[in-house]
Amino acid sequence: MAKIHLNNIAHSYQPNPNGPDDYALKSMEHIWEDGKTYALLGPSGCGKTTLLNIISGLLTPSEGHVLFGDDDVTSLPTEERNIAQVFQFPVIYDTMSVRQNLAFPLKNRGESVEAINARVEEIASMLGLTDQLDSRALNLSSDAKQIISLGRGLVRDDVNAILFDEPLTMIDPHKKWLLRSKLKKLHQEFGFTMVYVTHDQTEAMTFADHVVVMKDGEILQVGTPKELFERPRHTFVGHFIGSPGMNFLPVSLEGNKAKFNGQTIKLNHDYSTDISDNIMLGIRPEYIAVTTPDNGGIIASVTNVEDLGKHKIVRMTIGDHTLSAIVPEETEISTNEVSISFTPENTLIYRNNLLIEKDK
Amino acid sequence: MQKKLNQKAWFLVLPVFLLVAFSAIIPLMTVVNYSVQDSFGNNEFFWVGAEWFSEILNSERFHSALGRQLLFSAIILLIEIPLGIFIALKIPKQGWAVSLCLVLMALPLLIPWNVVGTIWQIFAREDIGLLGYVLAALDVDYNYTQNSTDAWITIIIMDVWHWTSLVVLLCYAGLSSIPDAYYQAAKIDGASRWATFRYIQLPKLKRVLLIAVLLRFMDSFMIYTEPFVVTGGGPGNATTFLSIDLVKMAIGQFDLGPAAAFSLIYFLIVLLLSWVFYTIMTANEGKTNQS
Repeated sequence: MAKIHLNNIAHSYQPNPNGPDDYALKSMEHIWEDGKTYALLGPSGCGKTTLLNIISGLLTPSEGHVLFGDDDVTSLPTEERNIAQVFQFPVIYDTMSVRQNLAFPLKNRGESVEAINARVEEIASMLGLTDQLDSRALNLSSDAKQIISLGRGLVRDDVNAILFDEPLTMIDPHKKWLLRSKLKKLHQEFGFTMVYVTHDQTEAMTFADHVVVMKDGEILQVGTPKELFERPRHTFVGHFIGSPGMNFLPVSLEGNKAKFNGQTIKLNHDYSTDISDNIMLGIRPEYIAVTTPDNGGIIASVTNVEDLGKHKIVRMTIGDHTLSAIVPEETEISTNEVSISFTPENTLIYRNNLLIEKDK
Repeated sequence: MQKKLNQKAWFLVLPVFLLVAFSAIIPLMTVVNYSVQDSFGNNEFFWVGAEWFSEILNSERFHSALGRQLLFSAIILLIEIPLGIFIALKIPKQGWAVSLCLVLMALPLLIPWNVVGTIWQIFAREDIGLLGYVLAALDVDYNYTQNSTDAWITIIIMDVWHWTSLVVLLCYAGLSSIPDAYYQAAKIDGASRWATFRYIQLPKLKRVLLIAVLLRFMDSFMIYTEPFVVTGGGPGNATTFLSIDLVKMAIGQFDLGPAAAFSLIYFLIVLLLSWVFYTIMTANEGKTNQS
């Protein structure tokens, strides 16, 4: 078991990249700690799968090194790395039974028949496949096939990391939950590192200890779900995480006050006033209080109220800017103008899309 | 009410029925008609029942032609199917070379059959043909007009040259449709090149291979033009396949009754063997769908 270290990794699918736009993966430094679960979250085409394939060795990075512990494995072929990978579409060997499917990785590595049989039985009972061991894998449902794909990874006792590339895309919604909890249970039992690629934030947040948010071939932030929610380091993370995402308003700063549209918003910290870059104020919809206009505060006009049963989402405009707030279900919202206020400790300031860090 | 609508639907398929009737069923019935009667000039016909059928089935001539035909198809399938798969595996998956390979592969398929025969007839000639001349210069004893083994080799090589491309193109299409994830999973499972072929590529090719085998079997079993042009069925009867023999009987000797019976038996053999291939190759497929 070892940590996986991506040392200055970059990858381009073009032979002679010039300029950062030619890179599917921009130069990055990242360490996957041993035994942790990670979710790799980002929009389609942001380089998640490229990153995964570099770890498993299906791709050799154009630049940089991959280290498992202290060993440089950059040029080591996939089959010699202690990595298993589960793909978006279940991959099974059509002509084989479930048992043969599970035994295949061990057979290829030349293990003895007794050892293979014992291991296959063990893994099958763990995955609940014992009853189906001798049926043909081709005729099973797609969630069972995906479990077999996973089983082929688990059956190898040398595996110390399992990579998942959007493994639940093809699975019925009600079975997704079952599979996900099965994965969590297996992780507790075996303690291997898991990297789970997804573009579904709920999946990422419920699954992983650490969420890695990517965009355009770059890692924007690595953090616990709470950190991503409370202190997104990049405006994109704020937008992407949360439903609805974070509100951003262009403001100008004066000490511990932000000016927006002629109105003043109180902040918890002093910001130096010489900042003349693109300054944004970020606030989660959860931290906006909505009251009647006679309470003072910022006046906004309501455009729409979505009642979700457990809470309401209020869509508002201030001048040309839109923002959303999440309010308790019982709150009465006037259909016209409202007064809003932000909790100062959750009001964040971004310069050129990056969070200005202040200690609490 | 529902039933009435169904009846009307027949009018929609009527044109197809008429077309098939004129193009296939009526000519076929004419053949059936000839096969059970003896005919003389003056449009005189006599009912002979199954006499022609038993004559053909018991004739030495038919047996030897059928034997040659089966041997020929067997050799063709044994060479072209593995060779076709092999070449398809070797064609690159992407890049400029793909179109070059595919065009080169498709070329033999675009040449009319009698031209293929003529090309090889000249190519293999000792006096002016490149192949025959070179072989003669190397002191190889080769003469396809005199030696029946040489004639067989020539015709088989010609057919392999002409038709392997079809198997290649079908297999290439089949291979291209295998998602990358299968190869990636095979790598992660540590599968060797052979295991990848045996457990991923071959199973995924099964459906196109069924088509390739059926097409190549039917075409090779009915081969006429190329051997007719190259050897004319000779030397002796060495390359007289069923179709060549049939034409000799029907047009050369004008034995219409036996030739008609011959045709029907021929047709039924092709049908039967195609069914056998299909049944064997789709056996143990179970209730699977096409995924």
